[in-house]
Amino acid sequence: MAVYKRSYRAYSGRLTPEWSRFYILTRYALGNLFRSKFLTAAFVMCFFGPLVCMVGIYLNHNASVLSLLHTRANQIINVNGNFFLGFLGMQGGLAFFLTAFIGPNTIAPDLANGALPLYFCRSFSRAEYVLGKLCALFYLLSLITWVPGLILFGVESNLSGVTWMWENRSLGIGIFVGSVIWILMISLIAMALSAWVKWRIAAGALVLGVMFFLSGFGAAINGVLRSNIGHYITPGSLITVVCANLFGVEPPIDISVWSAWVGLLVMCGICLLLLSRKVRAFEVVR
Amino acid sequence: MTPVIELEGLGVRFGKRDILKGLTCSLSGRTIGLLGPNGAGKSTLINTLLGFHKPSTGTARIFGHDIRSKISHIRNVVGYMPENDSFIANMTAVAFIRLMAELSGLPSEAALERAHEALFYVGLGEARYRKVGTYSLGMKQLAKLAQAIVHGPKLIILDEPTNGLDPPARQRMVRMIKEMRDAHDLHIVLCSHLLRDVEETCEEVLILKEGRIVHYSNLEEERSANRRFVEMEPIGDTAGLAQALEGLGCECAFSGGTRLKAVLSDGLEIRDIYRLAAERDIQLRRLNYRRDTLEDIFLKAMETNTNGSL
Repeated sequence: MAVYKRSYRAYSGRLTPEWSRFYILTRYALGNLFRSKFLTAAFVMCFFGPLVCMVGIYLNHNASVLSLLHTRANQIINVNGNFFLGFLGMQGGLAFFLTAFIGPNTIAPDLANGALPLYFCRSFSRAEYVLGKLCALFYLLSLITWVPGLILFGVESNLSGVTWMWENRSLGIGIFVGSVIWILMISLIAMALSAWVKWRIAAGALVLGVMFFLSGFGAAINGVLRSNIGHYITPGSLITVVCANLFGVEPPIDISVWSAWVGLLVMCGICLLLLSRKVRAFEVVR
Repeated sequence: MTPVIELEGLGVRFGKRDILKGLTCSLSGRTIGLLGPNGAGKSTLINTLLGFHKPSTGTARIFGHDIRSKISHIRNVVGYMPENDSFIANMTAVAFIRLMAELSGLPSEAALERAHEALFYVGLGEARYRKVGTYSLGMKQLAKLAQAIVHGPKLIILDEPTNGLDPPARQRMVRMIKEMRDAHDLHIVLCSHLLRDVEETCEEVLILKEGRIVHYSNLEEERSANRRFVEMEPIGDTAGLAQALEGLGCECAFSGGTRLKAVLSDGLEIRDIYRLAAERDIQLRRLNYRRDTLEDIFLKAMETNTNGSL
């Protein structure tokens, strides 16, 4: 029977497992994000850096180029902890700007249009909702952070040999762990702020504002008090210290690694707390 | 038969305020009306049944499943149409309904098929590729109804479904509710402050006031009980007419001087009253069934002191 002729009927077919339903939101969110041509273009631009790095690594091992430049392997670029720290710093920065634009698109429209009761009146929890939206950002940001980072690591391993890969295996782990922490933190900040203000454009501006304000305020504290405690409220400084430790290089900022971890965890905790208060079917006025 | 909704001393507290106070009742009708003035606790009751608010005391069961322990199971068999605007503005209606169907557990292809069906069923078939944000208020209400029924629930909770609708749209919504009630094996809870909507569609009515149940009424039973009750205003030999009616087994009483109330005996029809009046040359200025309307029931309930249970 044609669809338009059918009447109301109960559904008796197969149901998908409940644990997998969060991924539906991820799928829809990703589809929605790539509708914007501007964001698609910005996303493609994020691959420019990794491409340049890859060409550099290739040239670093190309005999013809090396003889032409009268130099030896690994003298054009030294692929080590500092190289990947710089690489993650660049890609992490781009990931942050991308998050400031796309992050608020995930939650703010649902809150602004009161769509949350429709999600939560189904067998779908608040945690699954946040996880589904977080996964969309995680997939997207992974493609411009640890995925190209590990590809570069793989290319270098292929050109330098298995011995290099084994000796520098901590770099591969550091690329993945450092990127994941950064992605989680900026995604949670973007989601928490967009849940708080509920307005997409304002939320994007607030994400940028909060990050720059925290950096500026931290620098001001350091300057006025002649100390380094301002770094504890600067997400960029905290992640740099953690990544430097993971890559086994001297951190450019003088704060302990464990305190940087605590600082990151506290920031993530605050974001989760904000999300748990705002992502509800109904806000209760007590 | 398992009751649709059972409330057992259900209480909900927000901060220091008791919103629902020890509600106890059992409802089994196909369509259940929830009535009450603003702030009576209707929406809070619905939200508690859906697991949005935790009960502070007591519990409730839907189809025998406790809301404290089986909320996931309950949500699988319930469709909910919220009162306020609830949609995803930048999605087409068909994508929006499909998403909701998928979140209810339908596989992607089945969800798409049922999204089309549901939109045609509620009358949005021709507008299903438009973004929901561009819909009129009436269309948004229909889209909300479509998402509530897309997964084929056993219980549909409609919170103020006719809010903001113009008369034809309201009629269409009421007709659709009646059709779902009559043609399918499902139950409907209708929360409204529009007595006419509830009266037209519901079999059972629960009236709340200040977080307590003040009245329960089985409208079907009341309708059949009141069907034999007429009120008339005769001019002429009124006493003679009353006597004649009593002779045919009716119970009669005068009220307000000339007004005559009668409970008709079995087998006696309205045309018999006209015949008796004509034989005695009596004019009947007015004759109507004088049953308690829902408005009467509601107003009486509002005067009642609240005690919390039936």
